Amino acid sequence: MEFTLFLVGLIAATLRVATPLIYGTLGELFSERSGVLNLGIEGTMFLGAFVGFAAASLSGSLWIGLLAAIIAGLLAGLLMALLSVRFGVNQHVAGLGITLLTTGLSLYAFRVIFGESKVPPSIESFPMLSILPETHILAPITNQYLLTFIGLALIPVVWWIINKTRFGLQIRAVGENPEAADAAGLNVYAIRTSALAIGGALMAVGGAFLTMAQLGSFTFGIIAGRGWVCIALIIFANWKAVNVLWGALIFGGVQALQLRLQTLGFKLPYELFLSLPYVVTIIALTIAGRNSSAPSALLKPYRRE
Amino acid sequence: MHAVQMKGIVKRFADLVANDHVDFDLEKGEIHALLGENGAGKTTLMRILYGLYHADEGQIQINGSPVVIHSPRDAIKLGIGMVTQHFTLVPTLTVAENMVLGETGSFTINLKEVEKKVAEASKRFGVPVNPHALIRHLSVGERQRVEILKALYHDAQILILDEPTAVLVPQEVEVLFEALLRLQKDGLSVVFISHHLNEVMQICNRVTVLRDGKLTGTVNIAETNLKDLANMMVGRENFGVTRQGQREQGKVELRIEKINAVDKKGLQALKDVSLEVRQGEILGLAGVSGNGQTELSAVLCGTQKITSGKVFAGDVDLSSAETSDVCAAGIGRIPEDRHANMVGELSVAENLILDQMDNFKKNGILDQQKIQKNAEELIKTFNIKANANDRVRTLSGGNMQKVMLARTLSQNPRIVIASQPTRGLDVGATDYVRSTLLEQRDRGAAVLLLSEDLEEIMALSDRIAVIYGGKIMGVLPAQEATAEKLGLMMAGSAA
Amino acid sequence: MTKYRIERAPAPGWMRILIPLLAIPVTFLLTSVIILLDGANPFTAYYHFLVSPLAGRVSAIEVFVKSTPLLLTGAAVAFAFKGGYWNIGAEGQLYAGAIAATFVGTVLLDVPPIIGIPAMIIGGFAGGLLWALPSAILKVKLGVDEVVTTLLMNSIVLNVTSFLLNGPWRNPVSMWPQSPEISAGTVFPQLIPRSRLHFGIIIAVIVILIIWFVISRTSFGLKMRAIGLSKEGARFAGIKVNKTMLIVALVSGGIAGLAGAGEVAGIHFHLIDAISDGLGYSGITIATLGGLHPLGVGISALFIGLIDTGAQTVSRVLGVPVYLGDVVQSTLLLVTLSLFVLQNFRIRRVN
Repeated sequence: MEFTLFLVGLIAATLRVATPLIYGTLGELFSERSGVLNLGIEGTMFLGAFVGFAAASLSGSLWIGLLAAIIAGLLAGLLMALLSVRFGVNQHVAGLGITLLTTGLSLYAFRVIFGESKVPPSIESFPMLSILPETHILAPITNQYLLTFIGLALIPVVWWIINKTRFGLQIRAVGENPEAADAAGLNVYAIRTSALAIGGALMAVGGAFLTMAQLGSFTFGIIAGRGWVCIALIIFANWKAVNVLWGALIFGGVQALQLRLQTLGFKLPYELFLSLPYVVTIIALTIAGRNSSAPSALLKPYRRE
Repeated sequence: MHAVQMKGIVKRFADLVANDHVDFDLEKGEIHALLGENGAGKTTLMRILYGLYHADEGQIQINGSPVVIHSPRDAIKLGIGMVTQHFTLVPTLTVAENMVLGETGSFTINLKEVEKKVAEASKRFGVPVNPHALIRHLSVGERQRVEILKALYHDAQILILDEPTAVLVPQEVEVLFEALLRLQKDGLSVVFISHHLNEVMQICNRVTVLRDGKLTGTVNIAETNLKDLANMMVGRENFGVTRQGQREQGKVELRIEKINAVDKKGLQALKDVSLEVRQGEILGLAGVSGNGQTELSAVLCGTQKITSGKVFAGDVDLSSAETSDVCAAGIGRIPEDRHANMVGELSVAENLILDQMDNFKKNGILDQQKIQKNAEELIKTFNIKANANDRVRTLSGGNMQKVMLARTLSQNPRIVIASQPTRGLDVGATDYVRSTLLEQRDRGAAVLLLSEDLEEIMALSDRIAVIYGGKIMGVLPAQEATAEKLGLMMAGSAA
Repeated sequence: MTKYRIERAPAPGWMRILIPLLAIPVTFLLTSVIILLDGANPFTAYYHFLVSPLAGRVSAIEVFVKSTPLLLTGAAVAFAFKGGYWNIGAEGQLYAGAIAATFVGTVLLDVPPIIGIPAMIIGGFAGGLLWALPSAILKVKLGVDEVVTTLLMNSIVLNVTSFLLNGPWRNPVSMWPQSPEISAGTVFPQLIPRSRLHFGIIIAVIVILIIWFVISRTSFGLKMRAIGLSKEGARFAGIKVNKTMLIVALVSGGIAGLAGAGEVAGIHFHLIDAISDGLGYSGITIATLGGLHPLGVGISALFIGLIDTGAQTVSRVLGVPVYLGDVVQSTLLLVTLSLFVLQNFRIRRVN
């Protein structure tokens, strides 16, 4: 009985912890399938976390906050598109620059709006939905935020978009062989820009989930490297939408596990446990080996004479 | 009324004038050749017609109406289709998906509709194609057919073919020509870009010749012959160098014994290949691109490992050599892709010593004076039109190749591996490279020449080998080798 | 009607130096928007950013103090990028160097500076080098992307630091998460009495001069440049790409580790959680602004040091949040990057 409770609690927590990773990784997936490595993900998630929180706090409505976060993420994606697609700037540096910029802007705006108060501002966060009655043994697992359910549902949706629609076909073409796509009459820039914009919006939602659902407040360390984990999860998922689920669950599971082991009194160093997911990710990358299904045009800006 | 009329087309790339006031017209239902050497401007002209480039000056008319073609999308709408040497197919997608790639319309793709249209286009073309096949599983000839099918799928009335036979064996060429004649009867107008005179004479109705970006003339095939066309193309009747007969051959310098290797996809590319090259001879390896030359070249240049077999340079066993070992073994290498195998952003002087830095340093510090002097000497000897400190990337193709030659040959290698050495070079540079190879042979080096240009092989080689499907089909002394015999071997029949 | 068309044309050489200079006014133009939104005067803000710090003796020295670690992280990143190794982990390597230096400083008690200081230098370098090792080996042996692994290592070392400071290295007296003080013999001496300017800046300058020499004058430098510009071309010329890249990655990590050692031995004298707030990432900005050239790195590091100092002045005087400095830095980076590319385009009139 004890163990079942433990397991149920673990699964429930895993789904929660995995949610921002799912959004972030799906967002990065759009970007990378179209051929652009977007290291702006860490900053875009941070931006989403801040903008969502601030907009909700100022307007009093969570949904307005979420919408604002989506728009902010979209804009960040467009900026990345301007730099790496239109200008053809080095994608690594552009992405990092955007992460630094959006993080700096968010912190700046936070101070301007909320000032320096001893007590961090908070909002009433999104409620969790109860599907099963409280007494049901599996109740904790199905008590999740709406955003978590949406995130899980998005995985097959994104799979369908990428593999079964015209837009998805265009993204795949542009990410594999932009010369061919161009010769076929496709606008490579427009497609990559769209992919980055959509990706940015998704990433921002992932960040907003943390401040608007899970925590209800904004702290400077809210993202703590999750964006980089998403970058790794894409490789782990071999650039396929369906595999994103497994990577996010594994990483989320490890993190949830270490929290639980803590409370069970395992006297292992807390901080080292925090590192465990990252170490696991590096090991997973090593096993995944060379990038077998990386889009062939990844990291190469396209220029037509 | 002409199907296509291009008047006064000018296109510049920085200082280079690729098209210099060129006129070109295409009549409905004709197969019109666009003839010229590498760099004459044929591909540039057609890329302008297809919307990939924008002309700096000039006018285009389609069926009598003036048009502006901003992009391939516009061209496709006007009924123009183009099939290039670099296939514009996405390898990880299916045939059907590639067909639909440029279309706008519904959010989802109706595969049944697509398959129907593919079948219709197949019938028009006369060749069946499986719409579900993944492009990367298809052979080169099959991919080309998909490319042509793609144009037909989009209702092309004007088809531009850029060097279509470069990747085909003679038998596949026949299949292609039959299909083109069938399409011509159906009303299709074709622009046939080539530098192969024989093919042009065989299948085309008219021919327009370009030389160094300028229009030399447009004639009816019926009113001309090979010699005249050659003249229009290069300005002289005979081109190429003449070999000075046979030389006394020395001992075997390069021995390749039953080597096997795989290509980038992991498929078998070399199957038990054995060859010997002696001192003082040029062994030419003929074959259509895609049959193993690239892998053989990579193996001998040290950038790829063999999976079994042995390679000997003199007495040195290079079977499991790293690139640095191959360099040290005194093998002169002229690689297939000079752009990728030189460091374009470094200077001429730096590139010239890149594989022999040990000779130009003292205690780890580079001897700048020695490097500079070396560069100046080689620039003079090899007639390179550049300064020692110019970035190699800014050089013309011919001069870049000369830098590669200078670096390789100045070390007096006992073995020279030359892969597609004149690809993409203009007439002058091509002649230079060919004479240099002959000089090396006269000097006593063992030269292995890999070339897809059969004329070049026949002009330079003492013995000729043919590779097909990764196997050596046979080796003939030059006197016995005819284009027909070689063509058969290149197509798969053993000698 | 005359139409305009954008064309590609290579830019003249002198433009390369002009770009960073041009980037500055553009950056200020863009960032003045958010300054205005906070109700402050942009011109006053920029005065305090760029001029004020140099006006006073104390703040001028502070510019050099702030630049010290930046010179090293900028050099570390530029060295790696130049050799084709995308070391995004300078931040983590800095921490690792700081940890190693703290260890050395707390173990070597009662040593004279002539032993202590070199020990700190070696320790810091070794720490950074070791932290760079896993990513380097994974890249060279298995082709695993170093961008991702170095980023992940950054996150891991932060946790390691936290563990050390809350556990074995927790200050037993104050119970604060800060390590015991390093011994007197391992402290970097002050260069100007009663200031924070320390020996670290001398180390930084020497390092920059060394890597400048290595890159431009030695055969190793030519090898790494070739690899950074064209791996295939370098491999074809017989250069041992893997070996060279491994060395580049490790040296880069070591140099970043030196930055961490400098912060411990010259500024804080013990290890704290916030020994760096993005110094490693600033290194990437600095390396890019400096065009990956060691001398460019030197100038950019000083400039960013100026901005960092100025940001605090702006914050104090105008009440604008100190994060303005981060915004200006990252905007400057993106603007410079864009200009480097845009310089190759011309607008031409077409009839």
